[in-house]
Amino acid sequence: MDAAFHVQKLNVFYGKKQALRDVNMEIPAKAVTAVIGPSGCGKSTFVRCLNRMNDLVPGFRVEGSILYQGKDIYSRGMDVIDVRRKIGMVFQKPNPFPKSIYENIAYGLRIQGVKNKEKIDTVVEESLKKAAIWEEVKDRLPQSALSLSGGQQQRLCIARALAVAPEVLLLDEPTSAIDPIATGRIEELLRELKESYTIVIVTHNMQQAARISDITGFFLMGELVEFDPTSRMFTNPKDSRTEDYITGRFG
Amino acid sequence: MNGQETIRVEISDHKRIGRLADRAFSILGLFATTVGLAVLLVLLIDVFIDGYPRLGWDFLTQYPSRKPENAGILSAWVGTAWLMVLTALIAFPLGVASATYLEEYGRKSWLTGFIEINIANLAGVPSIIYGLLGLGLFVRGLNLGRSVLAGAATLAILVLPIVILASRESIRAIPASIREASYALGASKWQTIRHQVLPAAMPGILTGTILAMSRAIGETAPLITIGALTYVAFVPTPPVSLEPPFIHPQGLFDAFTALPIQVFNWVSRPQKAFSINAAAGIIILLIITFVMNGIAVYLRHRYQKKIRW
Repeated sequence: MDAAFHVQKLNVFYGKKQALRDVNMEIPAKAVTAVIGPSGCGKSTFVRCLNRMNDLVPGFRVEGSILYQGKDIYSRGMDVIDVRRKIGMVFQKPNPFPKSIYENIAYGLRIQGVKNKEKIDTVVEESLKKAAIWEEVKDRLPQSALSLSGGQQQRLCIARALAVAPEVLLLDEPTSAIDPIATGRIEELLRELKESYTIVIVTHNMQQAARISDITGFFLMGELVEFDPTSRMFTNPKDSRTEDYITGRFG
Repeated sequence: MNGQETIRVEISDHKRIGRLADRAFSILGLFATTVGLAVLLVLLIDVFIDGYPRLGWDFLTQYPSRKPENAGILSAWVGTAWLMVLTALIAFPLGVASATYLEEYGRKSWLTGFIEINIANLAGVPSIIYGLLGLGLFVRGLNLGRSVLAGAATLAILVLPIVILASRESIRAIPASIREASYALGASKWQTIRHQVLPAAMPGILTGTILAMSRAIGETAPLITIGALTYVAFVPTPPVSLEPPFIHPQGLFDAFTALPIQVFNWVSRPQKAFSINAAAGIIILLIITFVMNGIAVYLRHRYQKKIRW
């Protein structure tokens, strides 16, 4: 498998507190990579480094490098806006804009200066179809996105991320705030999306990681303990701490 | 009585006293509320009874006069309308821009801290001080004379702290998740502010601005300080007209009067008839203020209903 990201000796600090220690990881392209670990282990910090969302946190500092397609996304010549457009993100709590369903999807295009109404219409429809929510919302596009249910809102957020044609989709515990049926639909969706996108998903839910991911990274206290194909990690973990965690002995 | 029973009796006494205090306080609270409302109501009724006979179309369309039965408030309400529009045009952009800077761009430093404390202080400065500032800065310094523009600029400075505080609060209430969503799509900071933060904060900002304006509309002292006239038998040139050259910016530099000044002027005259005029003027002023506050309440209500994060 080709690697999309080469993470090398990544150290992350918030002020004086170190959040990640010497993380090395090769994230494969067009596959689902799961990131698991107990609360506070740095897994969210890790994915938020991959599209530089942590730049917004005061006191954030990074050492080491994250190469995306061979280029360090933290290097000086890198345009952070470009990075975020190529590497989309879906958050833990559905966060649609307080605007219409249509405008939520169109926003990403509008900020790139796309004005052509037909082009926007097409992308809105395609994105909603990709996120498997088109049938539910096609008759109510002008309605407020806040009128949708939590699960629908989260799929809308996925559609919104897809609308700017990213290459990577980062998901930070995308199903932790929604019900099991909606979760099932999103998992199904991610399995389809991995044909065309590189997906990195943080999850609290070990079964979810086992169900949908190809490769899994286990974080503990800011360190990457183990990074292996999911099937191997869940049947025959190398590290005893991984075994303890996935068998539910802590965390 | 053994010890246990003594305690039980004490507890029940204590409970009874607690209940009494509870009741006493609720009555006291009700009384306090009623006093405020009752005084306001008596005032309103009194003013209404005094002024009602004078209300009418004439009153709104006549200039002030030495004869109370001919005296109207045309120049006063037109002046007030002018002032309000100009004040809003000056205070709104300045206030929103300052609030945006302080909330979104200004790094936490001793300077922003200093600015913040002073904005809060400025909101409490007596209005006559702003009048003196306006006199020195706008009327004399910038040579605007005793014009509508100088008056509006003075009132704008007066309400600016209120607009800034309301706007900041409203901007701060926009959850971080909305900003993150925008940044994650590749939006720049300015795009995020312009397309997400400010539109979502706008109802709150508008509410604050309207409330600030309804403070400005009643201000008399600063306008008198900058030398607004009390007897004006003309209205400022309207800014637009149907005949060429269509736009008349010179209206900005015309002398003016305003409703509270007119009312003040009438109240201070000995004739009974003028105090009736004053009461009628107050009614008009109150109506405008209530309508403005009503719009603010409506906006806030709609905002709370429509947006749930």
